[in-house]
Amino acid sequence: MTVNVQQEDARHAVIRCESVYKIFGSNAASVLESSNGVVDSKKFLEAGLIVGVNNVSLEVYQGELLVIMGLSGSGKSTLLRCISRLTDATAGKIIVDGQDLLALNHKQLIELRRNKMGMVFQSFGLLPHKTVLENIAFPLQVKGSSTRDSISRAMEMVKLVGLDGRENYFPRELSGGQQQRVGIARSLAVEPDIWFLDEPFSALDPLIRKEMQDEFLRLQAVLGKTILFVTHDFDEALRLADRIAIMKDGVVEQLDTPANIVLHPATEYVRKFTEDVPREKVLRVESVMDAPDPDEVLGDLRIPMDALVDSVAEQILGEEKPVAVVDSNGNMVGTLHSSHVIKVLFGGRSEATDQQ
Amino acid sequence: MDYLTKHPKTVQFIILLAVFFALCFAVSPSESNILWRLPPLLKQLPYIVNDSVRYLMFDWMPIQVYDALIDDYEEKPLFREMTRTVSSAFLLVINFIREIFLGGNKTIVAFTSWDFINENPWARWPALPWTVIVGWAILLGYKLHGKGLAVLAGVCTLYLAVFGQWKPSMETLSFVLIAAPVSVLLGLVLGIWAFKRKYAETLLNPLLNVAQTMPHYSYLVPVIVLFGVGDHAAAIATIVFATPPMVRLTLLGLQKVPADVVDAGMMSGCTAFQLMFRVLIPTARRDILIGVNQVVMQCLAMTVIASFIGAQGLGSNLMIALNSLRVGTGIEIGVCIVLIAVALDKMSLAWANKQTDYFADLSFFQRHKFALFAAIVFVVGVILAYIGALVFRDGFNYLYIVPHNKGVTTAPFWQATVDWIWDTFFYMLRTFNEFLITSVLVPMKNMYLAMPVAATFVLMMGIGYILAGIRQALIIGAFLLFIALSEYWDRALITAYIASFAVIVSAVFGITLGSICAQNATASKVILLICDFFQTFPSFIYLIPVIMLFGITDTSVIIATIVYATIPATRYTVEGLRSVPQVLHDAGSMLGVSRLQRWVSIEVPLAFPHIMLGINQTVIFALFMVIIGAFIGTTDLGQLILKAISDPQGTGIGLTLGLCVAFIGLAVDQIIRTWANERKKALGLD
Repeated sequence: MTVNVQQEDARHAVIRCESVYKIFGSNAASVLESSNGVVDSKKFLEAGLIVGVNNVSLEVYQGELLVIMGLSGSGKSTLLRCISRLTDATAGKIIVDGQDLLALNHKQLIELRRNKMGMVFQSFGLLPHKTVLENIAFPLQVKGSSTRDSISRAMEMVKLVGLDGRENYFPRELSGGQQQRVGIARSLAVEPDIWFLDEPFSALDPLIRKEMQDEFLRLQAVLGKTILFVTHDFDEALRLADRIAIMKDGVVEQLDTPANIVLHPATEYVRKFTEDVPREKVLRVESVMDAPDPDEVLGDLRIPMDALVDSVAEQILGEEKPVAVVDSNGNMVGTLHSSHVIKVLFGGRSEATDQQ
Repeated sequence: MDYLTKHPKTVQFIILLAVFFALCFAVSPSESNILWRLPPLLKQLPYIVNDSVRYLMFDWMPIQVYDALIDDYEEKPLFREMTRTVSSAFLLVINFIREIFLGGNKTIVAFTSWDFINENPWARWPALPWTVIVGWAILLGYKLHGKGLAVLAGVCTLYLAVFGQWKPSMETLSFVLIAAPVSVLLGLVLGIWAFKRKYAETLLNPLLNVAQTMPHYSYLVPVIVLFGVGDHAAAIATIVFATPPMVRLTLLGLQKVPADVVDAGMMSGCTAFQLMFRVLIPTARRDILIGVNQVVMQCLAMTVIASFIGAQGLGSNLMIALNSLRVGTGIEIGVCIVLIAVALDKMSLAWANKQTDYFADLSFFQRHKFALFAAIVFVVGVILAYIGALVFRDGFNYLYIVPHNKGVTTAPFWQATVDWIWDTFFYMLRTFNEFLITSVLVPMKNMYLAMPVAATFVLMMGIGYILAGIRQALIIGAFLLFIALSEYWDRALITAYIASFAVIVSAVFGITLGSICAQNATASKVILLICDFFQTFPSFIYLIPVIMLFGITDTSVIIATIVYATIPATRYTVEGLRSVPQVLHDAGSMLGVSRLQRWVSIEVPLAFPHIMLGINQTVIFALFMVIIGAFIGTTDLGQLILKAISDPQGTGIGLTLGLCVAFIGLAVDQIIRTWANERKKALGLD
């Protein structure tokens, strides 16, 4: 019960999109208006209009990490650009932190970006003429902080992302992973509440990418920001997300937790992505456990409910008795039998589905 | 037949040539035949321009101006008052900077009167001793980029002093120090405007095209009319000439800034102003700096030419030396100009690349060490100058200002060298000269002049159509029509003949040299460095050695043009060939091609569009040089432009002639650029 209460409290929407459209092309707005919100991208294309975002409504809650996943051309980056107002949405409503984003004037928008938002870009977007330190201090200096303050704050950020000793390097002297660390540090320098990441790790090698994802999870555990994270990599989405929005042709196909997306793909398109996903790497113990049975004889092992099945499978399989599943306070919330784990690991897709 | 249907362009070319030669033979050369020469319908254009300018200067918008001398208001035309104000402002600043270097009383006069000076002979701005400036140059070089640049700056300034060119050099420098910053600022403003507003770009583009192909001389004529003669007029002409490349490069640089960087700036909460000055311009710094560099080079290139309208300094001395065939002196002065160019070039680049260190915990001494050293240099220099005043009692104080032409000179050596070359190779040079003139140049010139106007139109527009499409063909037609309807068609043909001869030779040299050097990474680097070095030379400098060898003849102009125009051909060939992707080389190697096969069937086709852009530059360079060559006597458009400078009615003529030259260049530019861009796109190189 306690868990639920906590969740209710956290369900304060920091970002809310209501029927957001983004259509490229001249007189897009008037065409959209005459279509009454029913947008067929093929028909629009014939009229010379390109549909970027098509009737998207979603909410991002306080402290949540929402991943927008889609292939190239799916409109995921366009949606992010609308929410950060790097482009103006053609229609719809975007509420950020209680303010109607589209109604803000230029000055208010700048204030919002200076204080509430941070963004990381796929190709880093570092200023080539500034050193690591100057790049990180840039948003602070733009705000008007003194050089001393912004440099000392930037130095903290350098330490946070583990670039100590390289603060006087120029971006061109750094590897891709290091450059993106600078990008991350810069976006966090003003201590924003909302953090946008546009394919931040896509330009990196697989090994570095994995390392950066771990680093990112570590940072998020410390910072607890509200995050919108765009990626085309489904595995990355599963690894990082609290919830995933899968986009195709500007439409959100499904918006749900990773486990639910894998277990219950809403459309054929989503199902194709989930087919090859090893479920033990997505499913958490809580989604496969049994309700606690007082009569059952349990082993000594205690398994946290939010652990991935994959990470505890070996331990559970070593136990002969079912093990207890506990929440973060140590209260028992369920039990898990090794046979269940085997089913998750080796097929029995329908079985796992039944559990839900 | 099969070959022909597969290559429609070949067929088109064959037909085009057939029509061209048919026209050449069929059209009879008579003045009344409009297929032979078009009537000069635009004959009045220069005079209309003249009258308009005169009206603007002398009659338009009279305003009441208070005249202190007669203590009354007087009616004066607004525009002239405006240009007067601009002129005197420029003159004041030029004199001020000049007097910082050389001393004088003009600045003080400007704020008081000549009477004041006569009553107070002490009221004179003292010159900085040359030792101080050399010391400062070394310090500045060291601060900017360490020992290497310090040595370079020291050697350059020392040379100026030791060779007795101090005064004219400082005059030239003061002139550049005014013209270059104004041009840079103007270029930046216009470039930003064009970046921000689409219509500004569309408006500026054709203007820049014309401005960048107009010969140097034609800027001088209208400037004389509007601003008179003198240092200020020269500075203004220089600014007009030097600004276009700055605008171009600013715009190019701003447009090249990656979208992510702009987004990052926006998301950092930049205002429009911050975005421009803290994100866009610094990110585009590379291109903008090349622009600054170009401006400095253009300014130095103009110092010589601007001396036609009264710029003092090295330029006018060089002109005098060349006019009186004192080649030795000419070489020395030329070296001065080159040295100033090289030093300014390197120093501006180093300055731009400097960075700040936030963590250095410096003591007072360390932080102000350069200021301290500069002060020490100043004191020591002044003391030396005083000692000098005691040592060199009669005559010149060599430790204060080395007087003009009283320094060390190598002129006699060069003169002797020239004499020796003349004595030794006289017959060889003369034979070559005569052969070139009688067997190549004169027949070629006659061929060009024997071309009916209809045939020229067909040929040029035909090539334009085949290579670049109907739109380009029509634009070329319009350019040619302007020239054909002016009085200067024959002169334009002569310009075209000299330029095309030079272009052909330059292209052959440049492509050969470039291809050979491109085979090897080191050789490529070396040749590109050499190109860089030679490009630093103001164009006039190229005339010095050829006059030395061939005297004042067409041959000199042609050879100078060839040397000058070979640079871009070589550079673009090397760049084009080196930019062929390594993977294609590897693919070729694995398919078993020989070195020659690789060059013929992989490298050249891929590099060809870029090489053609080089040829395009060669054409522009050649046109510039041919027109400058008018100074030593050619009988083309350039000669007429030069004449127009000293003609009170010259404005219209000078501008019309300038446009003719620009249009020749632009016609070629249209064809080549459109073709090369399309070809690049087809090859997927862009």
